[in-house]
Amino acid sequence: MKVEQISIFLENKAGRLAEVTGILGKADINIRALALADTSDFGILRLIVNDHEKAKQILKEHGFTVGRTEVVAVEVEDRPGGLNNILRILFENGINVEYMYAFVQQSGQNAVLIFRFDDIDNAVDVLMQNGVTVIGGEKLYAM
Amino acid sequence: MIYNEEYETMPREALEAIQLRRLQRTVARVYSKVPYYKKRFDEVGVKVDDVKSLDDLRRLPFTYKDHLRENYPFGMFTVPMDDVVRIHASSGTTGKPTVVGYTARDIRTWSELMARTLMAGGATRGDMIHNAYGYGLFTGGLGFHYGAEELGASVIPISGGNTKRQVMIMTDFGPTILTCTPSYALLIAEVAEEMGVDFREFNFKAGIFGAEPWSEQMREEIERKLNIKAMDIYGLSEIIGPGVSVECIEAQNGLHIFEDHFIPEIIDPDTEEVLPHGTPGELVFTTITKEAFPVIRYRTRDISILYPEPCRCGRTIVRMGRVQGRSDDMLIIRGVNVFPSQIESVIMEIDGIEPHYQLEVAREGRLDTLTVKVEVNEKVFSDEVKNLQNMERKLEKNIKEMLSVSAHVKLVEPKSLQRSEGKAVRVIDKRKI
Repeated sequence: MKVEQISIFLENKAGRLAEVTGILGKADINIRALALADTSDFGILRLIVNDHEKAKQILKEHGFTVGRTEVVAVEVEDRPGGLNNILRILFENGINVEYMYAFVQQSGQNAVLIFRFDDIDNAVDVLMQNGVTVIGGEKLYAM
Repeated sequence: MIYNEEYETMPREALEAIQLRRLQRTVARVYSKVPYYKKRFDEVGVKVDDVKSLDDLRRLPFTYKDHLRENYPFGMFTVPMDDVVRIHASSGTTGKPTVVGYTARDIRTWSELMARTLMAGGATRGDMIHNAYGYGLFTGGLGFHYGAEELGASVIPISGGNTKRQVMIMTDFGPTILTCTPSYALLIAEVAEEMGVDFREFNFKAGIFGAEPWSEQMREEIERKLNIKAMDIYGLSEIIGPGVSVECIEAQNGLHIFEDHFIPEIIDPDTEEVLPHGTPGELVFTTITKEAFPVIRYRTRDISILYPEPCRCGRTIVRMGRVQGRSDDMLIIRGVNVFPSQIESVIMEIDGIEPHYQLEVAREGRLDTLTVKVEVNEKVFSDEVKNLQNMERKLEKNIKEMLSVSAHVKLVEPKSLQRSEGKAVRVIDKRKI
């Protein structure tokens, strides 16, 4: 129940993000979720796409440094307190979140939270034991 | 293996007798043929007959690059143009290039020195030499080329550039010796990897790399990535080109200077005092066999060190240490002397980092700032900001510890730093002093 995320090293230079999205667009790759972490010098772009193998390869061909990480996608009802419920479970079980980001599904019913954990297997176990809906890669890529 | 046993393993006494005779002849030659030398010798009141021993060399005036520029293009030649068969020039990054000439005999001398160099680096007449030094005004390409032919090896005169084609030729021809700049060697390996070719599968056994400063860590990286032995070579067009000195494959420990043709000295670049063996300082060379373009006590600006002890390869000629930097390219940052090679050593200590870096010096207000840009590759990249920032902090800390200078380390995208197919651009000094 893990999801593949690709990450891309970006210098803080005008137009770099657009270059990435342009390359992916031309290659017919759809971005499912996106988050950008930045410092004064550089940024790390994290992406979940419908075809991570192809995305990674094509970005590498264009000279980008690309990494691959496993993350966990969780579905929650899109209502007040939805995220808090998940975070409380994680906190109570002593699970540390390295970073997270979220997006709302097209249907508008549910939100999807993407988590990066140090101990991913343990985190997935805990979430599922607590009745949280963890969604797999295939489902997410096709959303 | 030794190409010229007689001269490369000669007892010191015999060698010095030859050096003195040749030095005396060269001094007489430049004094009578080149107005610049006559003027300089007269200024310091030294006569041709004053050179009675090798120690008298230090009575002669130094020659600076500026003197060569003042006599641009042919004013330092000791022969009429009829006798000059080749002209080379060093890149003119600052001002006019430095022009050097060769007689037919100079070319034969140079070819022999390059044959010695290649053999010291492990080449024999059975080898195929992939020569990716630039052919043209630069001495690298043709210097190696003539040496390879003198040795009787097969030479591929591929020159620099068009790296994909170089990889194809390597795949198809199976060369065994690689000659190019160290940064280009790594670039070829990188391009090969991108093409899905494993460089270590090639037939290469050794490479002779020079024309730019590099470090021991870079040697290790080249030897690992290319699966070859990597030798350092030293030379400069003002002296002859490549072929002044080279490491032997047996010891890889110091570069053997061909003393039957060049007399080395180490001086303090500020006081111009000659320093004893084993003390680092600026290399000074006097050529003692060249006809068209001899130089007396040429200030190379290269910082090195001389070791007189014979080497286990059997050569008795003096060795010089790897060039540690340039006495003029040396950066002075907030009063601290910084050589790019020192920063390189620090960078290379971190696992996975490649020596693709650039130093940028600027002045903010009255304070000098040093920015070290380092390319991020897949091995050191992380999806977590803190990991990359930790690496930046660690490099900053190590640079501070080693050089006592504060640097700002900035990670940059791969291949974003200027990387010519020849020399890497290591320093950008934006200070207007």
